Amino acid sequence: MERLGNIEDLRKLRLNLKEETFRPDRHRIKVCTGTACVASGSRKVVDEFERAGTKGYDLEIVKTGCQGLCQKGPVMKVEPEGYFYQKVKGSDVSDIVSTTLSIGKPVRSLLFRESVIDEPYEFMDTLPFYKKQVRVALRNNGRIDPNNIYHYIAVGGYRALEKALSTMTPDEVLEVVKRANLRGRGGAGFPAGKKWEHCKKAPGRIKFVIANGDEGDPGAFMDRSIMEGDPHSLIEGMLICAYAIDAEYGFIYVRHEYPLAVKNLRIALRQAEELGLLGDNILGTGVNFYLDVREGAGAFVCGESTALVASIEGDRGFPRPRPPRLSEPGGGVWGYPSNLNNIETYACVPPIIENGPDWFLSIGTKNSPGTKVFALTGKVKNTGLVEVPMGITLREIIFDIGGGIIGDKAFKAVQTGGPSGGCIPASLLDLPVDFDSLTEAGSMMGSGGMVVMDEDTCMVDVAKYFLSFCQSESCGKCPPCRVGTYQMLQILERITSGKGEPGDIERLERMCKNIQKGSLCGLGQGAPNPVLSTIRYFREEYEEHVYEHYCRAKVCRGLGVFRIEHSECFLCGLCKQACAYDAVKETRDSYFIDQDYCTKCKACYLACPINAVKIERQPRKEQIGSREVQK
Amino acid sequence: MKIEDLDVDEQIGRVSRVLSEHDRKKGILIPTLHRVQEEHGYLPEDILRSLSKRLDLPLAEIYSVASFYKQFHFIPRGKKVVRVCTGTACHVRGAQKVLDRLQEEFQIKEGETTPDLSLTLETVGCVGCCGLAPVAVVNEEVIGEIGPRKLRELIREIKTGVTVKSEDILE
Repeated sequence: MERLGNIEDLRKLRLNLKEETFRPDRHRIKVCTGTACVASGSRKVVDEFERAGTKGYDLEIVKTGCQGLCQKGPVMKVEPEGYFYQKVKGSDVSDIVSTTLSIGKPVRSLLFRESVIDEPYEFMDTLPFYKKQVRVALRNNGRIDPNNIYHYIAVGGYRALEKALSTMTPDEVLEVVKRANLRGRGGAGFPAGKKWEHCKKAPGRIKFVIANGDEGDPGAFMDRSIMEGDPHSLIEGMLICAYAIDAEYGFIYVRHEYPLAVKNLRIALRQAEELGLLGDNILGTGVNFYLDVREGAGAFVCGESTALVASIEGDRGFPRPRPPRLSEPGGGVWGYPSNLNNIETYACVPPIIENGPDWFLSIGTKNSPGTKVFALTGKVKNTGLVEVPMGITLREIIFDIGGGIIGDKAFKAVQTGGPSGGCIPASLLDLPVDFDSLTEAGSMMGSGGMVVMDEDTCMVDVAKYFLSFCQSESCGKCPPCRVGTYQMLQILERITSGKGEPGDIERLERMCKNIQKGSLCGLGQGAPNPVLSTIRYFREEYEEHVYEHYCRAKVCRGLGVFRIEHSECFLCGLCKQACAYDAVKETRDSYFIDQDYCTKCKACYLACPINAVKIERQPRKEQIGSREVQK
Repeated sequence: MKIEDLDVDEQIGRVSRVLSEHDRKKGILIPTLHRVQEEHGYLPEDILRSLSKRLDLPLAEIYSVASFYKQFHFIPRGKKVVRVCTGTACHVRGAQKVLDRLQEEFQIKEGETTPDLSLTLETVGCVGCCGLAPVAVVNEEVIGEIGPRKLRELIREIKTGVTVKSEDILE
C-alpha cells in the first residue's frame, strides 16, 4: 500500500477505486461473515463459492460484516441482480451458480418468505425487515469487506475527513456536530457536541479520544457489528473528533468477548496507518493521531467511563466519584483530558460532516435527531440488527420489522436498555422511541438492546434475572450496590420460590429508591430499574406470586397447585417416573398428585407429553376459610 | 513469550512519550496478562512472579488486577472450554436447560473443570449472538440455536475429543 502524501492523492485514489471496485458488469457474492452467520455456517458457503470460482466463473466474493437478519443466517446477496438469499448452506452453492450466476434467475427456495405459503421476496430492500430501516451508522455494514480499506474508500469513506481537513477549521467541525444535536448513543443521550467542546476547552496540550466498545449489556450487539463490519467508519469518526478537539492519542476499548471485532479493528488500523490516514502528519496536513486497541477482560462495570479509564491504565476497573469528569484535567486516562463516546456515536459523525447538520436534523424527532440501531431479540420472528429513525413506535419495530411474536402468542412486554433499563408493557406499544419518551416510561434507551417477551415469560423472573446480572457484575466498591442488590435479589428469590411475604413488594420499592440514590456509578443507579418498572407495570404478577403463590407464566418453581387433568391424561406414566418425591400416585385407572408430598419442582409438568399436568392458582386463604365455615 | 524480553515501550505504543515509566509498565499489565493466558491457558504463579519483577509491580497488585477481571484464571483449564451464554435473549429461550444438562452430564458446576481436564464449564453474560439464542461458545467457536440434538452432539464431542464443526451438525 502506498502512503497518501496529501488530500489530492486520496481523491484520486477514490476516483480510481470507484471505477475498479464493485463493477456492475461483474458477478459479486456478498456473504455475511459476522459472528452469528459464521456460527450458522457461512464459512462453508464462502469455501464452496471459492471452489466454484476456481472452476472458471468470473466471480468476486465479498466477505461482509453483519447484514442484520441474524436469525436467517447465513445470509448473502448476489449483485448486480440484487437477490437476497437466506439460510444458505454449502450444498446450495451449486444451485446459485447454475441459476443466478449463469442465467440471472433467483433460486426460489433460498428467498425470504414470511411463511411457507407466502410469495417470496426477491430483493433485500423489499423485505419487511429492511423496508422501514434507515441506515446511517450501519451504512456500510453488509456492503463492503471490513478487511479491505479500499472498499471503504470506494463507497465514499474518508470523504468526511477529507472535507474536514481541507475546508473546515476544528471549530467549524465542532459547530456542525453541536448543531446536528448528535446525542450519545451509549444510553444516556448526552449531546456529543457539548462533550467535545468541554474537552476542547480543558487546559493542557495532550488529549485523548476514547471509543467505548465495552458493550456488556446482554442482548445488545450493535457496537460489535460496527467494529466487525465497518471498522473504518469508527476510525474516521474518531479522527474527525481528534481534529475537532485537537487530540493526538486515541484508544478503542473493546471487550474481550469480541475476538473478531478486535481482529478486524487491528487490521483496519494497520491499513489506515499504511495509507497515511493515521499516525504522523495525516494526509500532509500536519495533524497527528495515534490510535490503539485495548482489550477488556470480562468486567461489565468497565463500560462505565471512569472504570474504563482505570482499566486502560492497568488498574482494577473501579469507577470513581465525579467530578473530575473525564474531559477535565485529572479526570481522563493518566489524568489527561479525554473525550469518551460510544462506538455508534463515532460512526454517525462522518455522514454528519459530509451531509451537514440539517440533513441529520431532518431524520428522527426534534429532540432526538438521527437514527438508532437496535438489537431486536427475544421471542420475535425476525431477530437481528435494525436501524430506524428516532420516533418510530415500538409496534412498528416489533410487528412490522420483527414480524410479530413467535408462534403468534400474545405480546407481554419489551425490555429496553439492558440491565439498567426497564420493561415496557403492551399498553405502551405505540410509544414513539426516543431518548426522552423511554426515560419517561421508566425505561431507557441504553445501548439499544430490545428483548421481546411473550405470555410465557414471567416478569418477576425477568426482574430477578437482570438483578442477578447486576449483582454478580457489581464491582464491590460502594455498599448500596454491593449489599443492596444482594438483599433485593434475596427477596426476589423468596418471591419466585413461593415463600414471598406480605410487604415484600413495598420493601423492594423502598430499596430500589435507596440504591438509585446511594450508588456511585451507573451500574448501581440503574440496577433497580428493571425491578421498579416491572413492579410499576406488572404489579399484579408480583402480587400473585406473593399472595396466591401462583406464577401465571408457569416459569417459577415452587408455585401453584399441581393437578393432573383426568380427561386429558392417557396414562403413559411419565409423570410418575419423573417425580423424585413419589408424589404422583397411581390408582387403577388414573394418576393423581398427592399434595402432601409434592414439592412443586415442575418435573411432572415438563415430563407430560400432552400437557395434562396443570398448574393452578392456589385458592386464597380466606376462600378456604369461608368454605370451612359453610361446612 | 519470555517475560524477561518484554519490551515495555513497544507494547504500549506511541502513547509512551507522554507517560511516566511507572504508568507505562502498569499500562501494559492487562495486555500482557492476556498474552500469558493465551499461551498457557491460565496464569501460572511463576510467570506472574517474574512479571512482577520485570514491571516493578508488587505481586499483590498484579493479583489484585488479575482477580478483578473474570477472564483471568489461576488454575489450569480444560481442553474444551464451554461457555454457555446466559444473556437475556438466551435466558428467555432456555439457556438454563442447556446449562443444567451439561452440569448433570459431567457432574460439575459452572466455573468448574472436570478432573480429567476435558471440560471447563462456564457461563458468559452475552456473546452478542442473540439472534441465534440459545448460544454456547466452545473454545472460540460459537454454536447457535442449541436444541436437544446439538447438545447431544456437543456432549459426545467433549467425551470423545473429536471435533465436530457446528456447520456439520447443521447439515
